[in-house]
Amino acid sequence: MNRVKRTLAPYLLVLPGGLWLLVFFVVPMVTMLSLSLQEGDIVNGYVFTGHWQTYVEAISDYQTQMIRSLVYGAITSLVLIVLAFPVAYWIAFYGGRKKTTYLFLILLPFFVSFVLRTISWRMLLTDDGVLLHPLKEAGLLPSGFQLLGTPTAVIAGLVYNFLPFMVLPIYVALERIDPRVVEAARDLYASPATAFRKVIFPLALPGVFAGVLMTFVPASSDYVNSELLGGTSTTMIGQVIQSKFLHTSDYPTASALAFALMAVLLIGVFSYARALGTEDVMKVAAR
Amino acid sequence: MTQTLTPAPATQATPSRRRFRIGGARMMHIYTWLLIAWLVLPILVMILFGFNDPQGRYNQTWQGFTLKWYGELFALPDLTDALIASLAVAVVSSLISAALGTGIGYALGRYRFRGAGATNLVMFAAISSPELVMGSSLLTLFVSMGVGLGGVTLTIAHVMFSIAFVATVVRARVVTLDRAMEEAAADLGATAWTTWWKVTFPILLPAIFSGIMLAFALSIDDFVITNFTAGNVQTFPLWIWGSTRVGLPPQVNVMGTLIFVVGVLIAVVANLRSRPRKQQD
Repeated sequence: MNRVKRTLAPYLLVLPGGLWLLVFFVVPMVTMLSLSLQEGDIVNGYVFTGHWQTYVEAISDYQTQMIRSLVYGAITSLVLIVLAFPVAYWIAFYGGRKKTTYLFLILLPFFVSFVLRTISWRMLLTDDGVLLHPLKEAGLLPSGFQLLGTPTAVIAGLVYNFLPFMVLPIYVALERIDPRVVEAARDLYASPATAFRKVIFPLALPGVFAGVLMTFVPASSDYVNSELLGGTSTTMIGQVIQSKFLHTSDYPTASALAFALMAVLLIGVFSYARALGTEDVMKVAAR
Repeated sequence: MTQTLTPAPATQATPSRRRFRIGGARMMHIYTWLLIAWLVLPILVMILFGFNDPQGRYNQTWQGFTLKWYGELFALPDLTDALIASLAVAVVSSLISAALGTGIGYALGRYRFRGAGATNLVMFAAISSPELVMGSSLLTLFVSMGVGLGGVTLTIAHVMFSIAFVATVVRARVVTLDRAMEEAAADLGATAWTTWWKVTFPILLPAIFSGIMLAFALSIDDFVITNFTAGNVQTFPLWIWGSTRVGLPPQVNVMGTLIFVVGVLIAVVANLRSRPRKQQD
């Protein structure tokens, strides 16, 4: 009796939450896939016809936005590695007793709503805002110069919003490095540069991978930054999907685009995860 | 042979290299502070413009200091309703996801069972899937089932994306749990139920509490999934999104400032309270 209870226990514990995830996370993916293969409209309803041509049409119509989003996502992740690595390195090796305080400061933007943060950014970047106005007055920038509406503004916004997601995983990886390993390299006459290249950087790579995972996916599927900071030449696939779902109610095309985007991103995610082990990623993600 | 030769240049090079290292560290220190300043700059702008006294409807240029928006914080009924809706959804969804997530986290941390791998996989997918896809696919589910969007669908969505985070936090604590405590309780004749409530649950409580806080923070800040599942219900981020074009009233900045201050205070207090425990680890 007791043994039956014990073998049943994990299932009973997982059941409620597992069902919730099944019904509201897994099943929707199936409905979305099915909807992408249906024809019809919002008024007369949709019929499943297996019309896979929707994918071909949607992707050929919006390949510019799709590729642009992946490129913006990739640039964002690369810029983030360069920006975040020295910070993570300094906090991990020189942060001393104040490590937590520094990490907390890095996390401060998360205490402000994502949309509000991006709007504050827009205020900073406007043509005559606090950043550009003084530079134009001083003659450092031409008076017609503008940032809003350019790819630079969108990518800057993405970099700003996802920076903590890159600092944290790299920090976690660097923090785990045994200082004696680095000392051993130095004792064996490795220059600081060589010790960094041959010892520290390879050990930090899992953190960099996790950081890329946690920034590339949200950045390339984002529509808030491109909507608030971008212009007509910076439209990202997220904006297309969002407007097709919420404004024009073109569900089959929107579903096809969302599914295609997820397929591209998930293939990337799972190949990363296999190289890295999901446990590590989850641990980092939970922080 | 080479080994006997190398030490000489190495020792010669050491002083300059050491200086380089210290210089590098100092530069990284300055750089870290610059980056923190960059991260904080938009927050300061938000706080500052809550004290601005704009003449028109656009709160974009500094026109004088005032405290009146703090006094008229709830003067815009729509905005106040949106904030209340955000808080209500955050409270309900964080409590539900805490209950569901604790079950999963405890089972995964404590038992080996068939299906654990699949559960892990689904949780990993739920954490790493793009919000855009989770939100839009939920929309397709609700639309094809003919369910009207609103507060209920919104709460369902928020519970969905929070469960995996709560479960991960709780599992991390369960893994480090000393099983001897539970065994001792069982040896002393406690039933499984009593053991859970008198021993396990109190030990897990801090982890469950951080799970609730995390779920609350995720919920109150969420925009993308909310955008797809809220229907006509306005939450704080949705209201801001909808009003950007017509100009944001300074009350938004004040509410943002208050949420920021309260959030930071709670985080600092929680961190100070958990400190002695951390040192033991």
